Amino acid sequence: MLSNESYITSGCIISDHEVRKNGTILFEDKASGMPGFLTVCYQHFGFKYPKFHKMDNLAKLGWLAAELLLNEGELAGKYQPADMGVVLANKNSSLDTDLKYYETAKDIASPALFVYTLPNIVIGEICIRHNFKGENAFFIAEHFDAGFIRQYVSNLINSDILQACICGWVEVLGDSYKVALFLIEKKGSIAFTNENINKIYQLENG
Amino acid sequence: MDKLMSDLKAQIVAQLNLQDIKPEDIGDDQPLFVDGLGLDSIDALELIVLLQQHYKIKLSNADEGPKVFRSVRTMAEYITAHQPSNV
Repeated sequence: MLSNESYITSGCIISDHEVRKNGTILFEDKASGMPGFLTVCYQHFGFKYPKFHKMDNLAKLGWLAAELLLNEGELAGKYQPADMGVVLANKNSSLDTDLKYYETAKDIASPALFVYTLPNIVIGEICIRHNFKGENAFFIAEHFDAGFIRQYVSNLINSDILQACICGWVEVLGDSYKVALFLIEKKGSIAFTNENINKIYQLENG
Repeated sequence: MDKLMSDLKAQIVAQLNLQDIKPEDIGDDQPLFVDGLGLDSIDALELIVLLQQHYKIKLSNADEGPKVFRSVRTMAEYITAHQPSNV
């Protein structure tokens, strides 16, 4: 069931103030801190999505990586919305925003922050933007686990529950952040294996 | 009233993170929701917080929301009518 019937067709990693897609550095800005780097990145690529500014840092990271991972409208022409899904994981859940929300709750709790006090909201933002309506899941893990992600996503694709899936790691806590997203499809040239996932993940994260 | 509306526009932009909009771009009578400024339900809650934080006004009747938050002018009129004298 877990043979190489699915492939990594694109990969985007944002880490250490660098944006990489398929091994190529698209943008870097070592001068900006967090979260300024996310805004600089958004502006650099000329994105026009006003809601971006209202997102928390976790959602901004995932949204930016997904935006760069996918060519505009490319998947929409190939798959039905219900055939596209998102499976993500991280270590600190929504703690980055939970702490900020906790601070506001001492005075008047912020509704805008409250809506981001769940980690899977980043999946919602990606799905809304790209009209994905298929299976999605968010897992909490101590470390990025290529084997777990591969097994879960391969099962979804090989079982025809999904035809395409964005998967990977999106993590932020304070100034520390990393997002690594992979687009998985049934046809491609790079097999969706632990070795290839780790190779791309490690290569592109230095 | 003009000063209050000017202050409100700046506060709305800041509170709602409307980074693509300048306060002066918001019309006094421009609808804040749907076809106007395009605010959503979470923004409506943030506007309630704004009234409370900046003007010490609690919107006690939720049914008043659509009328109060129709535009910057209606917000200013509501504040003027309900602001405690010591704020």
